[in-house]
Amino acid sequence: MERSDEQIKKERKQPWRVELQKKNKAKDRMAIQRVVMPEVEPEERIKSQRIEVNSQLTKEQVMQEATRCMDCVNPTCMEGCPVSINIPGFIKRIERGEFQEAASVLKETSALPAVCGRVCPQEKQCEAKCFYVEKLNRPAVAIGYLERFAADYERESGTISVPVVAEANGVKVAVVGSGPSGLSFAGDMIKLGYEVTVFEALHEIGGVLKYGIPEFRLPNAVVDVEIENLRMMGVKFVANFIVGQTASLDDLKEAGFKAFYVASGAGLPRFMNIPGENLNGIFSSNEYLTRVNLMGADNVDSDTPVLRGKNVVVVGGGNTAMDSVRTAKRLGAERAMIVYRRSKEEMPARKEEVHHALQEGVEFLTLSNPVEYIAGENGRVSQVKIQKMELGEPDASGRRRPVPIEGSEYLIDASVVVVAVGVSPNPLIPNTVKGLNVSKWGTIEVEQDKMQSSIPELFAGGDIVRGGATVILAMGDGRKAAANMDNYLKKKHQIQARGV
Amino acid sequence: MNKIVEKEHFSERVVKIVVEAPLIAKSRKPGNFVIVRVGEQGERIPLTIAGADIQKGTISLVVQKMGVSTTKLCDLEVGDCITDLVGPLGQPTEIHQVGTVLACGGGVGVAPLLPIVEAYKKAGNRVVTILAARSKELVILEDEVRKWSDEVIVMTDDGSYGKKGLITEGMEEVIRREKVDECVTIGPAIMMKFCALTTKKHAIPTVASLNAIMVDGTGMCGACRVTVGGKTRFTCVDGPEFDAHKIDFDEMMARLAGYKPEEQEKMEHFLQQ
Ligand SMILES: Cc1cc2nc3c(=O)[nH]c(=O)nc-3n(C[C@H](O)[C@H](O)[C@H](O)COP(=O)(O)OP(=O)(O)OC[C@H]3O[C@@H](n4cnc5c(N)ncnc54)[C@H](O)[C@@H]3O)c2cc1C
Ligand SMILES: Cc1cc2nc3c(=O)[nH]c(=O)nc-3n(C[C@H](O)[C@H](O)[C@H](O)COP(=O)(O)OP(=O)(O)OC[C@H]3O[C@@H](n4cnc5c(N)ncnc54)[C@H](O)[C@@H]3O)c2cc1C
Ligand code: FES
Repeated sequence: MERSDEQIKKERKQPWRVELQKKNKAKDRMAIQRVVMPEVEPEERIKSQRIEVNSQLTKEQVMQEATRCMDCVNPTCMEGCPVSINIPGFIKRIERGEFQEAASVLKETSALPAVCGRVCPQEKQCEAKCFYVEKLNRPAVAIGYLERFAADYERESGTISVPVVAEANGVKVAVVGSGPSGLSFAGDMIKLGYEVTVFEALHEIGGVLKYGIPEFRLPNAVVDVEIENLRMMGVKFVANFIVGQTASLDDLKEAGFKAFYVASGAGLPRFMNIPGENLNGIFSSNEYLTRVNLMGADNVDSDTPVLRGKNVVVVGGGNTAMDSVRTAKRLGAERAMIVYRRSKEEMPARKEEVHHALQEGVEFLTLSNPVEYIAGENGRVSQVKIQKMELGEPDASGRRRPVPIEGSEYLIDASVVVVAVGVSPNPLIPNTVKGLNVSKWGTIEVEQDKMQSSIPELFAGGDIVRGGATVILAMGDGRKAAANMDNYLKKKHQIQARGV
Repeated sequence: MNKIVEKEHFSERVVKIVVEAPLIAKSRKPGNFVIVRVGEQGERIPLTIAGADIQKGTISLVVQKMGVSTTKLCDLEVGDCITDLVGPLGQPTEIHQVGTVLACGGGVGVAPLLPIVEAYKKAGNRVVTILAARSKELVILEDEVRKWSDEVIVMTDDGSYGKKGLITEGMEEVIRREKVDECVTIGPAIMMKFCALTTKKHAIPTVASLNAIMVDGTGMCGACRVTVGGKTRFTCVDGPEFDAHKIDFDEMMARLAGYKPEEQEKMEHFLQQ
């Protein structure tokens, strides 16, 4: 589990670390340029939804990159990490060429390092706090790339060790939802000896990692290995099971489940309620990405269709919008456009995704907002009316509020539009469980740090608690919930043992 | 995996299958549906639960061959398994004792109508059911419907069975003759549209059960959105039944046709294999 600051400091003074610190002069470390990730050429990669953009760094490259890390006395990078991964601990092992050990250090804190190395917004988290950025105004140590390398090395070496599982205690716990939050919770609880069953509404396990994030960013194989591991440790997965519909929480209690972890995500798509939004060819990003990623609509052999268009407009500036617009490119769009109401600097998407999208020829229409969709033949969208925006006073988020410019409307052609303006919490559990405290946004309220809801045996985390957030936070919640549920069940158990 | 334990042909294109699904059999209510997927490349399609047997742990589905997915499903035999089956989904039908209920079913829409007719009858209503089809061979579930109806009127477009004419003519006849307190209509969108127009004239509260195109069926994607009373609703979680007088049927029909060329392509691809 997580280490205290003390331990981190102590570790830094271990003989091998001291020796490593002395091996290179600070000046020499700083003279090294940040590694460049080799990528599949844009023209090549847009031929398929399933070609991962980033290829692999070599051992030499990662060892050199790790050498850049100064092994700071105060590793500020760790403050930037939402789950405080022991960053210098794993990087210094990479510098020594001990990749397997580096992966082990990552796994002490992160249940899904191969996933996080690919999808975390490092430039806003660990890398933003790196010494190089903070003190030298230079590119950060490529912490994300190093994390990805170590995790991939372990997976590809075929030596993934199935962690030791405590003796079964016979206590059954249920997980609602198989996204990153549910998976990390399941991993910790099975290690503690619980009997864990994960219920998933869809026919695939993995949540957004499968139906949302495309394979050109996160190959399914990477996720499947993690799921397979959990299976080998004894976690049971039940797909096609909607808790609250197929069976209620009470039914599950009757079936012997003693506690629940709700990680049902933020699966409800938002629309903008503007004229013409229900025309054919207008999708939520969830529908568009699900058709392609989960149902395989990019493949002729799949029975699920998806509409293709010469001109595709994607509304929004987050990761979901980038994934959608790049998917459109891969489905053959000549013009794939992002329409975003603020400026490029304010886009919430990962920087790397914006960069990749630009390379692939995606156009960015910023300070622009759709106000109406115009129908062509057969009720299919043919044009989007766009209004220009300017930045006004800062709003609650601290970003300058986009203000419409009257009379600036113009039309662009589009036969496919993807609306990627956010998601809301999945309402099923909040609506159907009596006595559960729910916020006005529809998120489940939990005691912070414990992840326990107003119903003592019901814990919750990930997007159902935070609204749309990130993989690393969802995963961190799962681990916190596991530790606290374990305490809770143990206490309850003792009380029962004393015959109260 | 859900095993098929019974199969019966109602017509060349309409098949009833009974499939193992013990939990769904227990939790389903009239008006609920399931999502089904056949094969690893299969599409997720919605089908109404036409009936259930809690003791045997089975549900029955009545499926009309339309395109690739329904054909693959109809081609399965007893002993085969349906790759994925999830449910029950959607809001159940709200059934009260209201007096006289006029139930209108068209084509394969009779399958989802059956459990509703049964529930209305059990709630103590007088139920008059109109079954409409293009011709005699396409009239399905007549005996089952009779069991739960006080009266059944069959209408065919070509007059090959029952009365000749459109469903709305049958409806007008009943409405002229007796006081109708509520109407429920399930069938092709165009039929439901005209049923709704008919009852609107007579101010009879009416619900229609919509067969929107779906993907997940759990409220996650919005493929199934319809406009009801000027507001966008999701058929899978807010429906499938809505106040028929408020549904924008023209939009709904346009959305149903949204994949015509793609569906045809898939069918040709399927037939080639
Ligand atoms: C397209 C897209 C791209 C993204 N890109 C990034 C990125 O680059 N980096 C990043 O950090 N984050 C990204 N995110 C956000 C991130 O994926 C989420 O924050 C994260 O997946 C939340 O995890 P979760 O486990 O809480 O929920 P989810 O991953 O949403 O999983 C919830 C699961 O619960 C299931 N479920 C819901 N209700 C029930 C029920 N009643 N019974 C059974 N099962 C149920 C759902 O079907 C789903 O599979 C992205 C999101 C999307 C949509
Ligand atoms: C809540 C609900 C309950 C339903 N219950 C039943 C049922 O009990 N029995 C049954 O046979 N069908 C039912 N349907 C319709 C069924 O889902 C469709 O017929 C099926 O999805 C068609 O798939 P396909 O691949 O075979 O045909 P496709 O190749 O996809 O389509 C063939 C033709 O069917 C039309 N079509 C496509 N999707 C639908 C759709 N969802 N509804 C109606 N027409 C469609 C197309 O416009 C096209 O003309 C229901 C639909 C919903 C939404
Ligand atoms: S089918 Fe996806 S939201 Fe209704």
